[in-house]
Amino acid sequence: MNRKIAPAIKDAVEFDVTLKPYEKFTLDNGIPVYVVKSDEQDTLQLEFIFPAGSWYEQESQVAAATNFLIKNGSTKHNALEINESIEYFGAYLNRNSYHENATYTLHCLTRHTEDLLPLLQEVIQDPAFTADELATYQQNMKQRLAVNLQKCDFVANRYIDKYLFGEFHPYGRVSTMMAYDALQPESLRAFYQKHYSYNNCKIFVAGHLPENMIALLNKYFGSTQWNGESTLLRPELPIQTADEKKHRIFNDENGVQGAVRVARHFPNRYHPDFPKMMVLNTILGGYFGSRLMSNIREEKGYTYGIHSQLYNFRQTSALNIQTEAGRDVCEATIEEIYKELQNLQNEPVPEEELSLVRNYMIGSILGDLDGAFQVIQRWKSLILNDLDENYFNNNIRIIKTITAEELQHLAKQYFTPSDFYELVVI
Amino acid sequence: MIHFNKFTLGNGLRVIVHEDHTTPMAVLNVLYDVGARDEDPARTGFAHLFEHLMFGGSVNIPDYDEPLQMAGGENNAFTTNDLTNYYIQLPAENIETAFWLESDRMLSLAFDEKSLDVQRKVVSEEFKEHYINKPYGDVWHKMRELAYSTHPYRWMTIGKELSHIETASLEDVKAFFFKYYRPVNAILVVGGKVTTAQVKALAEKWFGDIPSGEKYQRQIPQEPAQTAAHKLEVKANVPLDALYKCYHIYKREDPRYYAADLISDILGGGSSSRLHQVLVKEKKLFSNIECYHFGSLDAGLLAIEGKLVKGVKMKDAEKAIQEELSKLQQTVIPERELQKVKNRVESLLAFEDMSLLNRANNLAFYELMGDAALMNTEFTHYEVVTTADIHREANIIFDEKNSNTIYYYADNQI
Repeated sequence: MNRKIAPAIKDAVEFDVTLKPYEKFTLDNGIPVYVVKSDEQDTLQLEFIFPAGSWYEQESQVAAATNFLIKNGSTKHNALEINESIEYFGAYLNRNSYHENATYTLHCLTRHTEDLLPLLQEVIQDPAFTADELATYQQNMKQRLAVNLQKCDFVANRYIDKYLFGEFHPYGRVSTMMAYDALQPESLRAFYQKHYSYNNCKIFVAGHLPENMIALLNKYFGSTQWNGESTLLRPELPIQTADEKKHRIFNDENGVQGAVRVARHFPNRYHPDFPKMMVLNTILGGYFGSRLMSNIREEKGYTYGIHSQLYNFRQTSALNIQTEAGRDVCEATIEEIYKELQNLQNEPVPEEELSLVRNYMIGSILGDLDGAFQVIQRWKSLILNDLDENYFNNNIRIIKTITAEELQHLAKQYFTPSDFYELVVI
Repeated sequence: MIHFNKFTLGNGLRVIVHEDHTTPMAVLNVLYDVGARDEDPARTGFAHLFEHLMFGGSVNIPDYDEPLQMAGGENNAFTTNDLTNYYIQLPAENIETAFWLESDRMLSLAFDEKSLDVQRKVVSEEFKEHYINKPYGDVWHKMRELAYSTHPYRWMTIGKELSHIETASLEDVKAFFFKYYRPVNAILVVGGKVTTAQVKALAEKWFGDIPSGEKYQRQIPQEPAQTAAHKLEVKANVPLDALYKCYHIYKREDPRYYAADLISDILGGGSSSRLHQVLVKEKKLFSNIECYHFGSLDAGLLAIEGKLVKGVKMKDAEKAIQEELSKLQQTVIPERELQKVKNRVESLLAFEDMSLLNRANNLAFYELMGDAALMNTEFTHYEVVTTADIHREANIIFDEKNSNTIYYYADNQI
């Protein structure tokens, strides 16, 4: 046995990566239910999704506050009674609000599903939005914001989105003390009424379902037109980008690190360059062996980690390179980032590296598709963006077949340093 | 029920196989029985720095990550005060690549001066990012020193101070490797779409000829019972006052550990937990409050931490916490409340077991505790805890003499 020689491997291009199909049901009132089953474990994930993200709010923070406070008391039970009942069954009811959508997600053991559904019905269909709960929320969110504003990475994330999209666009708007102070129970109620209605609801279920799951969903969520019918308009909103591209901000004079951000606009996921950029972005800064990690962490030791990411926003996307680097090497870090961008413009990616990235990406997707909870996650992101498995399959095909020339062409188009916003927050 | 097979190689390496043919993936997990508690007090942070060096090339393989990524794999590692754990996930067809890589770095590292040089810097930045450049980032350094007089839990995994990491030499690295990173001190778990026969053959082939090494005999001074309350006041450039209280609890293998774990859930697990309900929602003294414990193998700490609502006095905040702890000491909790936290643990364990990687990590962890089979009986230890146990342990744990308190004052206001 020669330890210097690697064992033979099966190449990624040979792996057949397919998305396990979902089953679709429609409740009596028309709510679509997407299901991915797996009976190996006794666990269930049930998610309710509404078009109720910050995109739709007229006043800052209304979407997030509405989403949070739906769970904090109904017209029949207060927050403690509701939380106690849910937690008694060892269940977790999480809520999240994003740019486009807002969610309520239940995780529980399958055998408790029937006990939990009436509680969930009460939470989602009958929230109270009491003044007292809102006041506690406002106070605690303001305190949390005060702590976060001391963190250079938090501050940098706010500024870079503002430069890219403008502070009046939902993608660039940030939380402020003033916005929290301005929240009113009436505006939350109105937002709830308009966005959390039965005809805007989609349900995603994964895991081990009780036999009568669809009947149960029909009983609690499918038999009435709860919250009435509401028609939403989704206008495209104007983006206002910053004129000045280079920014340096001192947030903490004693800071020992700076948060570095280097970012530019990029078309959204419907553009043909998007899936190609997924590959180029991986090469640049999307995995541990990326150009940025190899150079700036593993060669120079400027940082604990550096990453580049492609935003998954709906209207428009962006490419964002981010790191926290030693205070005195922030400028050197930016210089190295530009060098790496230019290297990808000037030289085609070597075949060996491209093949490695193909294999890495396919292996990683294969791992991500392991289990019903993961599979439904993929479907959710397709369905909510009006896409289907062809989009997924096309992405896989691009990972497997994109050439070094195409990638260099893409780099020439999108990696010109002067197109990027740059920011250091110390 | 997690099924597994177990065998030991001639050199003492323990091997556990967990077959799961529902996944196309495989996981290879190597746990080394060494953590920050095994460090020299003058050279803290070494176990973690060493974890970084494990990616700097081994004796026959100059680059660890590249061949793994080429095989469609991902990997990472973590170091705690108790142990160091490395894991790989990759398509099952390429599992031999994982054996090749992990066995070569168990055989010997490359011990490259450049890699040490760079990783010292990387870890310094990690230290800064998490513990210096964050509001309240230094509190757990201070708390460990306050709570532990003797046990090496006195310092954090990242190390006591930056200088310890900055002065590590290549000689230190070599000595550390050959003392701890030997087959006899390691546990290998392979899970996923593999068979036991296949793993046996691959383990023999790749790990079988690595010299066994000497079994490390841990001799750590255990912490004596605390006899007086410890208190510390801190003033720092943070926006809000914060309060931290820690109480000594039990070793992980102690049967009383389970009652202590459930107590932390009663106080801090979920939105209906006592501290959140009374102190955040009803009395509005804290904007957030948490209760949890460190889950360490040697006797650990149960922690309560919260940020005070602006304008609330520290002594009023502390008194309110104390009242909640006294309630647990004076009144036996309702059966339904105990059942609630047990149900919470049951589903937590079920959700943890869903991921192949977690199952492999956990099998290695329970084997380190003495037997991988403990993983399957873990919940029964929670089931038998009674309300009387909770009552008794609350009286022991929340004894004032067993307490460590940090009053963390903001010297600038919002």
